[in-house]
Amino acid sequence: MTIFSVFIVNRAGGLIYQYDHNIPRVEIEKTFSYPLELTLRLLDDRVVVSFGQRDGVKVGHTVLGINGINSSGRQLEDGREILEVIADEENYPIAVKFGRPKLTVNEKIMLASMFHSLFAIGSQLSPEPRSSGIEILETDGFKLYCHQTLTGIKFIVLADLRQGAIDILLRKLYEVYADFALKNPFYSIDMPIRCELFDQNLQAAMEQAERTGISNV
Amino acid sequence: MYGMLFSIKSFVNRISPVDLKDGFSSFKTSKYKCNLYETPSGLKFIMNTDLNVGNIREILHRLYYTVYVEYVVKNPLCKLGQPIKSDLFKTKLDEFVRELPIFPLRAN
Repeated sequence: MTIFSVFIVNRAGGLIYQYDHNIPRVEIEKTFSYPLELTLRLLDDRVVVSFGQRDGVKVGHTVLGINGINSSGRQLEDGREILEVIADEENYPIAVKFGRPKLTVNEKIMLASMFHSLFAIGSQLSPEPRSSGIEILETDGFKLYCHQTLTGIKFIVLADLRQGAIDILLRKLYEVYADFALKNPFYSIDMPIRCELFDQNLQAAMEQAERTGISNV
Repeated sequence: MYGMLFSIKSFVNRISPVDLKDGFSSFKTSKYKCNLYETPSGLKFIMNTDLNVGNIREILHRLYYTVYVEYVVKNPLCKLGQPIKSDLFKTKLDEFVRELPIFPLRAN
C-alpha cells in the first residue's frame, strides 16, 4: 500500500539519488517516573534503548527528545548530556520521546554501498550458475526490490509487503532516468542527480504505482 | 554465507522504515531463493530453494523442533556449537526434506 523510498546506485556503488516518499514516523512520547525501566546505552553517537520494552517503546528506539527539547547525538539541543539528564533523579517526572531515528545522508550513502556489495555476493552464493544479484529482499515489515540495468545502475525501491507492481515501477524509473537525467546535457553520468524534471517525473511515477499497484496477497 | 547473512541482517535493521518483528526472512535472485529462520537462541537455519516457494518459515521451524532438537540437542554425543557429525541426524534430515511438499520429483 505504500512505497517507502527509492535509492539509485551507480556502477561503483555510490549513491546518486535518494528519495523518501512515505516513511512512517514512529515516535512515542511518554512521561516517566524515577527510575526509568528501560536500559539506555550509547550507540554510534546516539542514545538507544538496549533492554526493556514498555508502552510501544522497543529495543532499538532512539531518544529523540526530552521535555520538548530535541536531541542531537548524545546531547540535547541545549547542551546537556542525555544520559546524565536521565540518570539525575531531580529531573523526574520526565517526558521522553522515543522513536526510530531518521537516517542521515551519510548513513544512506553507507547503506547503499553496503547493498551494492551484498547484491554482488548474492550472485556468488548461487547454487545455480549465472545468477543475477539480489532482486527481492523480504522481511516481515517491508520488501526491498532491486533492478540492475545493463549498464550497472541499480534502482532500489523499499515498499510495503502488500504493494504490488514494483517491477513495473522499476522499469518506469529506468525510463525516467534515461529521459530526464541522461539526456540532460548538464548532467554527468555516475554523479549525484540534481535535475528538477527528473524529481518531478520520478515522484509522479511513484504516486501512480502506489495508486494502481495494490495486491491482495 | 554466514558473513553475508550477518551483514544482511544488520543492513535490514538499519534501513527498515518500520519496526521489525522477525527481521530479514529471505532474498531472491534470478535463479534461487535463500531463506533464513533464526531461533531465539541464535541458531540459523538456511535453505536455498527454487524461486516459486512461498514463505517456508513454518517449515524451517518444524525442521528445528522435529529434527534438530530430537536428534542433535537430545543426543548426548553431539556437542552444541560443534559441527554435526551424527549420521542419524543426516538421515532424518534427508527424510524430512524429501517429504516436503516443495521438494519435487525430477522427471530426469
